[in-house]
Amino acid sequence: MASREDIKFLSNPNIGKKKKKYCRFKKFGIKHIDYKDPDFLLQFINEQGKLLPRRITGNSLKYQKKVAVAVKRARHLAILPYVADLLK
Amino acid sequence: MKNYEVTFIVDPVLSSDEIKTAAKTYSDMLTDEGCNIVDLGELGLKQLAYPINRRNSGVYYCIEYTTTAPAVIAKMELAFRRDERIMRFLTIALDKYAVKFNQDKRDGKIGLSRKKDDDEASSSTTKTEKPVKKQDLTKIEGVGPKIAEVLASSGILTYSDLAAASGDKLKEALAKGGSSFTMHDSSTWAEQSKLADQGKWNELQKMQDSLNGGSSKVGSEEE
Repeated sequence: MASREDIKFLSNPNIGKKKKKYCRFKKFGIKHIDYKDPDFLLQFINEQGKLLPRRITGNSLKYQKKVAVAVKRARHLAILPYVADLLK
Repeated sequence: MKNYEVTFIVDPVLSSDEIKTAAKTYSDMLTDEGCNIVDLGELGLKQLAYPINRRNSGVYYCIEYTTTAPAVIAKMELAFRRDERIMRFLTIALDKYAVKFNQDKRDGKIGLSRKKDDDEASSSTTKTEKPVKKQDLTKIEGVGPKIAEVLASSGILTYSDLAAASGDKLKEALAKGGSSFTMHDSSTWAEQSKLADQGKWNELQKMQDSLNGGSSKVGSEEE
């Protein structure tokens, strides 16, 4: 019986499996989103600086609203732009 | 006793003394009104995401305070508006999670953990100092930069570590890095690293010439 190390595949046997999307705040127990942290908030906006929809980010409704509030506060304080291009 | 946080941006063209006094006047105003200042943080000179008053950068300050009389907020905001040195300000009421978050941030509990890439806001452990000097494991044939990282995260940092690690331990360490790494044949790494540890680079070079991609199987399966 060949061991797992001896078997080599031409294409990835895991191909086609769907990655389960989850709310990262619920999963890791993060309760507060800091508006002063642009690097963290960049995950939730696209290259034009617009907020990403919930179906893309996987956030639950509660945390998507908190993210939106945080991004808008950051925009007011010029930590994030309102309009941009090639942001990432 | 509510917690509030005010972030404001001071004009950067002023001298650093003027900037500091500008921030201090507001923190003094708060203490005069009977507020308890939890923290006065200077986030420093930062580039603005868009120009404000034709300026492209500003000095950010963040004051966290508690008060029983919320009327002070209106007073302070009025002073901010009148003051020409302040470009923007934002006052926020903090809920209990925000208060805890700020507290953890000051204590240094918030930061990237070493093992997994959790989000920054999660309260994971901070990086610890590595007492042992890390050696370049990529000199071993069969070990590239990614595998060196995977080994480092399992505690194999120097040539002597790699030499001392048994075959099973190496396989375990690779498996921890991910299923793609278990393909790699680590049987000769211990031998190679023993030579490297002793500084026998000539012998190591000879050995690597005879090896083929880190495995001692003669004739590889190249197609």
